[in-house]
Amino acid sequence: MAIAFKQETFRDDFSYRNSAENIRRFPFPFDRDEYMYAVNMEPHVKGQKGTAFENLIDIDEHYVAEMRDRALVLKEDPLRYQALPHMMAAQWDTLELLMEEQAVGFPEHFTLARNGDQWRWINRPLGIDDTFTFGDRSTLPCEPLEYITRQAQGDFCIVDQRDGNLWMDAGMVTTQADWSLDFDIGMNFMEWHGPVPLAHQMGVFDRALKFLLNLQQGKPTRRFNWTMTINPRLDTSPENYHKWGPDRATVTTGNVGDKVHLRVEVQSLWRLPRSNAILFVIRCYLMNMNELVTVPKWARRFPRVLRTLPPELIDYKGLTRYRQTTIDWLSKFDDGEPTSPGTFPD
Amino acid sequence: MLVEGIKSRPVYMGLSIQPRARRHIFALEGEGAHALLDRKAALDSTALSRSEILYAPRGSQGKGNDEALRALGADMFFAAPTIATLLFRLRGTLTTAHMGTRLYIAGTEGFIGQAMIVALDHGMDHASVITEHRGSLARRVQCVHCKGVTEDVTHSPFPCGHCGLPLLVRDHYSRRLGAFQGVNIDAEEPGSAPDPEELFL
Repeated sequence: MAIAFKQETFRDDFSYRNSAENIRRFPFPFDRDEYMYAVNMEPHVKGQKGTAFENLIDIDEHYVAEMRDRALVLKEDPLRYQALPHMMAAQWDTLELLMEEQAVGFPEHFTLARNGDQWRWINRPLGIDDTFTFGDRSTLPCEPLEYITRQAQGDFCIVDQRDGNLWMDAGMVTTQADWSLDFDIGMNFMEWHGPVPLAHQMGVFDRALKFLLNLQQGKPTRRFNWTMTINPRLDTSPENYHKWGPDRATVTTGNVGDKVHLRVEVQSLWRLPRSNAILFVIRCYLMNMNELVTVPKWARRFPRVLRTLPPELIDYKGLTRYRQTTIDWLSKFDDGEPTSPGTFPD
Repeated sequence: MLVEGIKSRPVYMGLSIQPRARRHIFALEGEGAHALLDRKAALDSTALSRSEILYAPRGSQGKGNDEALRALGADMFFAAPTIATLLFRLRGTLTTAHMGTRLYIAGTEGFIGQAMIVALDHGMDHASVITEHRGSLARRVQCVHCKGVTEDVTHSPFPCGHCGLPLLVRDHYSRRLGAFQGVNIDAEEPGSAPDPEELFL
């Protein structure tokens, strides 16, 4: 079934909203009434129809608007896309993977036709119909990673594997939860996670790195991450923190429902075939509190999760100014009943 | 003492002379001269005949470190008036360097960072470069907003030398930029920045 793509904004008048169907497919990340860091990796396999896991690379009703927002970010700050010179093979790997997955998952919107190294890519929602030579950079309007990630939802990092470590050596990062590709590019796994509290001491990163170094081709893995964002703003970059930071002081009891958003990242990791690099997809989903409470299970669970957060996480996720107001507002929807296991609506 | 436990921050292991190197290049700044002078015993005539010493005195001007370094009798000695001129010379040296060349860097963290960038640009693996921190704890900080780098930062917060925003110095370090990250401290409530504290003397 064809997706009806919405015309909406992630800035200025913030007209982004989820349809009722899109709320039901939201990847709510909490499978219980509390939250703490864990390696929480699971196989990235297809899930049920009508969920965000129906396809391994997910496209939803926000696709066209999100791609327009990415283009705006890149016009202001081209350094949100960067790739170190040795990453060209991995760039082509990524282009292939994303074109294949989007064409297989959404054939009414995307078509990939291959004749040897002559490829034709049709992206109907964005009005693109390009023919190029796979492996020849000069036949695309820009580098292959930039080309395809201007046409795919979520942020994308490619990490190179060498010296028993993973290195952040390329990326398209315009929808991030407050980290800078420009600052972190070239860092290894432990270095780019340097600022994260608690998890280092818990051994989370040691275990995660060991796991990822052994990631196999054809067996992608995924995990959730989450935070909260005021207004449906995709570009919560540190570069622009002085522009969006003031939003955090605007939350009142009267506007929680509209302004406060749960921001979920479905992070999937894919071993790439030619380069042996790993593609790290950080697919961001936003849902405001009015939308969240339309699912009774989530309305009960989310305030309970917010109450149990360790102080370090409240600070690191930047929730300090509005967490209590949000809990108070959400508590109206929590009748104290037990919640069912798992993340999906009842 | 240096702050411990920042995962992204390089560890400076100290200048140990590698006796089998075919060429030793020492890039030294200020008090970093002592990192080499203190290891005089490890410098035999063979090592000295294969050594090139580049030195920018900066804050140690007039303390005689340059004369002491010159007196070691290395194959080449160059006294640079500024860090920028030292880095220019270092680029030239590394451009013609061969396999078996060892680079040693000693001085303030900002200097080590800048010399390391030159090394990385010439294809050296950062783990093979030998470093020692000497002198001030002042930090080199990049403003994450305007990308401007401010040298010799001793306080946090401090005003960005380029865009003027009051910046918190984060404990997150980029080897590629040779700098710590500075983030606007009062973004959520402009005008609420606390008084600067002298943290990195």
